[in-house]
Amino acid sequence: MTPFGDLRSIRLIPTYILLTLSLTTGFFSQLSHGNQWQKTLDQAAGDTVYWHAWGGDTRTNDFISWVGEQTDTLYGVKVQQVKLSSTSEAVTQVLAEKAAAQDEQGAVDMIWINGPNFLAMKQQNLLHGPFVKNLPNAQYLDLSAGSAATVDFTEAVNGLEVPWRLARFVFIVDSDRVENPPQSMSQMLTWAQQNPGRLTHPIVSNFMGTTFLKQALIELTPDTSVLQQEASKASFEKASAPLWAWYDAIKPFLWREGTSFPENEAIQQQMLSDGVVDIAMAFDPAAAAAGIASGLLPPSARILVPSQGSLGNISFVAIPYNASHIAAAKVVANFLLQPETQAHMQNIDVLGSFSVLDTKKLSHQHTMAFSSLPTSEALPTLVELGPTLLEPHSSWTNLLKQHWSMRYSQ
Amino acid sequence: MLAILVIGILVPVIAGLGETTRAAFGILPALGKHDFNLSAWQQLFQLPGFTTSLRLTLISGFLATGTSLILTIFGCAWAYNASDKCYFFDKLKPFIAPLLVPILAAPHAAIAIGLAFLLAPSGWLTRLFSPWLTTWQLPPNLTTVQDLWGLSLTLGLIIKELPFLWLISLVALKQIDLSKQLSIAQSMGYSYANAWFKIIIPQLYPLIRLPVLVVLVYALSTVDMALILGPNTPPTLALATMRWYNDANIGMLLPASAAAMGLGLLMIASVFVWETTMTLIMLVTKVMTRTGARGRHWKLVSTALATALQLTLTLGFLSLVVLLIWSFAWRWSFPDALPTSWSYQHWLRLLTHWPLALQHSIALALGSSTIAVVFAVAWLEVQDRFGGHLSRLTLWLIYLPLLVPQIAFLYGLKVGFLRIGINGGMNAVIWAHLLFVFPYVMLSLIDSWRALDRRYLQVAASLGTSAWGCFWRIKLSLLLKPLLLAWAIGIAVSIGQYLPTLMIGAGKIETLTTEAVSLASGADRRLVGVYGLLQALVPVLAYTLAIYLPRLISLKQTIK
Repeated sequence: MTPFGDLRSIRLIPTYILLTLSLTTGFFSQLSHGNQWQKTLDQAAGDTVYWHAWGGDTRTNDFISWVGEQTDTLYGVKVQQVKLSSTSEAVTQVLAEKAAAQDEQGAVDMIWINGPNFLAMKQQNLLHGPFVKNLPNAQYLDLSAGSAATVDFTEAVNGLEVPWRLARFVFIVDSDRVENPPQSMSQMLTWAQQNPGRLTHPIVSNFMGTTFLKQALIELTPDTSVLQQEASKASFEKASAPLWAWYDAIKPFLWREGTSFPENEAIQQQMLSDGVVDIAMAFDPAAAAAGIASGLLPPSARILVPSQGSLGNISFVAIPYNASHIAAAKVVANFLLQPETQAHMQNIDVLGSFSVLDTKKLSHQHTMAFSSLPTSEALPTLVELGPTLLEPHSSWTNLLKQHWSMRYSQ
Repeated sequence: MLAILVIGILVPVIAGLGETTRAAFGILPALGKHDFNLSAWQQLFQLPGFTTSLRLTLISGFLATGTSLILTIFGCAWAYNASDKCYFFDKLKPFIAPLLVPILAAPHAAIAIGLAFLLAPSGWLTRLFSPWLTTWQLPPNLTTVQDLWGLSLTLGLIIKELPFLWLISLVALKQIDLSKQLSIAQSMGYSYANAWFKIIIPQLYPLIRLPVLVVLVYALSTVDMALILGPNTPPTLALATMRWYNDANIGMLLPASAAAMGLGLLMIASVFVWETTMTLIMLVTKVMTRTGARGRHWKLVSTALATALQLTLTLGFLSLVVLLIWSFAWRWSFPDALPTSWSYQHWLRLLTHWPLALQHSIALALGSSTIAVVFAVAWLEVQDRFGGHLSRLTLWLIYLPLLVPQIAFLYGLKVGFLRIGINGGMNAVIWAHLLFVFPYVMLSLIDSWRALDRRYLQVAASLGTSAWGCFWRIKLSLLLKPLLLAWAIGIAVSIGQYLPTLMIGAGKIETLTTEAVSLASGADRRLVGVYGLLQALVPVLAYTLAIYLPRLISLKQTIK
């Protein structure tokens, strides 16, 4: 009898592999980090991590509860997802605690954070860390200067947050209705003129709406290098002029002549499913396959990546400075980086989110775990996704939002 | 007693608003801002689309309240046979109160999503007639919901608020001696319908005045419904304020606080305008009644109102029906009239998820609503016995949580709670719910309480009944119906609370609503169907109890 119990059930095998592997990595990390990590594990045992995460996607919610089951088995750390309708609710929570001088025993242990919220929390010193390098599984990340895992929303991560899933800006098209989808923003104008009312984008105060504008800006502006520097009045006006000309031209051909927009990308995907528009957007290359699997998108939904590539970033988790269960949160963050966890996450039947690990740093066995994952017609391969475009400096985002509102929302 | 009220309700309210007010004037120490200034206000007025947002808010708020009130009055007349026929609804007349309950109990967001799905160009009504009649294979590019004038938002508000006002009116009408007054009027040559409108309505309105103001305030401040039915470029002021609060740029907290305060002031001004207008209308009606004219029957108006009433109710029911259908759907493509494929998976999923959430929801609702009713009764009884009214200012302060956006108020409340060492827990959340439940309970109770015929009490007192005896045996038993209704309304209000549960509970108390709201942001109609119906379940039970318990008791007393 093995110490891991009955292995006849095939279902237990992944858990078994996970368990042995984590024990071995635990062993190696002990050698390299002394007893540091073991101390963290000891401190963490028995704690519950309150993970504040946007709760609008049932597949992500299910994945988070799976993570909790695993960390409970492996380390005695439970995970309780606090489902948010907006990430800023967690930020407000931490801010209120800071205002009340509650600098420890805070309610938020971990946040699935987006770039703008990260920037805000970092600027206000609301985050714990740096701690990323101390995680044993950070060895699988490319943390060299300037790599994707070290920059969030053009802001240096500085070890304050841990990457966990890859995000790429993609279009979703209904292939039954769109035979020759537009490959670039200029083609999109022609397409919209031929198919009036069949295109829209999420409202610009929404993250996805801003991303669409940024993608258009990068594609249309003559010199993209300017976008990497902080925007000035002059540089913004010059660089954004082609964008506004393009937008003025396309607006009358948008859904409802561009007088109304879907609230977020989920509503826009619902519109695609209802047949109201033919193109939707997502920040997840697995969105089409996942939507088909959960019945939210038609089976004919396909991913479309702009031919020049698209904006991309990584989703991170961060720990607030006053979290109650810092050690336990680190254990969970480390578990998220486990190659087996990442492979499980990348499985289209689970979540379908691409791994954030550096493929060069993975063992053969791990690489096999990724390459043997099931495929789907609606799921692009990493190669098909093409190059990742650089995010413009964060100052551009605010200016884009402001100028768009002034021009089109009165 | 008063001390408890002051500490339990007033102090948190003032503490909560204090933070917002400070932030609106530039002071937010957590962000390192310490200096008083007006830049938040300047920023607010300069935000693009500000005037459009203001216009939208006022149109939808006043139009929805006015229409709901007119339909309520007509609906009462209809319920008492003083109006034209409402065709097939006439058969339902004896059950009208229980029929209103599901719409009243369903969360605003659920009704809005149901209605949006009914009316959208890609919605159910189009699907029923496509493509065989309309030839549409794809939804037409038309504007129905989210129109730029906020009319669909207004419609949604009317659908949701009409049952609230109507039910309260039906209860309030019990306080008026209808049959006697109507028969006297008829003997003086007024038609039944005319007597109803000229004699009963002027007595009814003062009894439902405060609930009408609640509707006005809700309509001006709604975020749930505006998000789904309202236009969004730019949106209503309330929705815009919420967006600024949720902006990733924390610095937006300052103009957001100014907007929250501005919204509060706007609501106070609106209440004032409404009250003045109603006083004028009442004056004019009085003059018209004094002329002694026996009046004509306004056939056209009556028919129009009957049609509007039927339409409103039908749309309300259908919104719930489509949600029920969606909750069993897997895929439902355009232009299929019914789901393309079915599934009970969403309900099944819940079996593992909801028991704890349901348990929390019920405990919070029962706790906060019962305490609120006890507080309200105690307050009113103290006033009765020891005379004197609590100053108007106190009354306004109680209502303040309804007048400013929740998020503005809760940030300050959270800071206040943390400072005195309260961090999460069921009791803290019940307390937070109480701040929102209490004003509703008070508002729906106060007019009926004051309208109680004091002569009963005088007779009882002259027969030697003690003050406590009067209270228990006369007031409570005569007011059982409004009391239970207020309690049921309190339960419905508590069940719907999202932000107070999340923020004061530190995210550790899962309820049906915290689950539903976070999922609704993902726009899955099937899950909204499941959760929306479940959320409606608890208030439905409470309302049913409120309607049938008094009948049961009076039946028992008659038998005795």
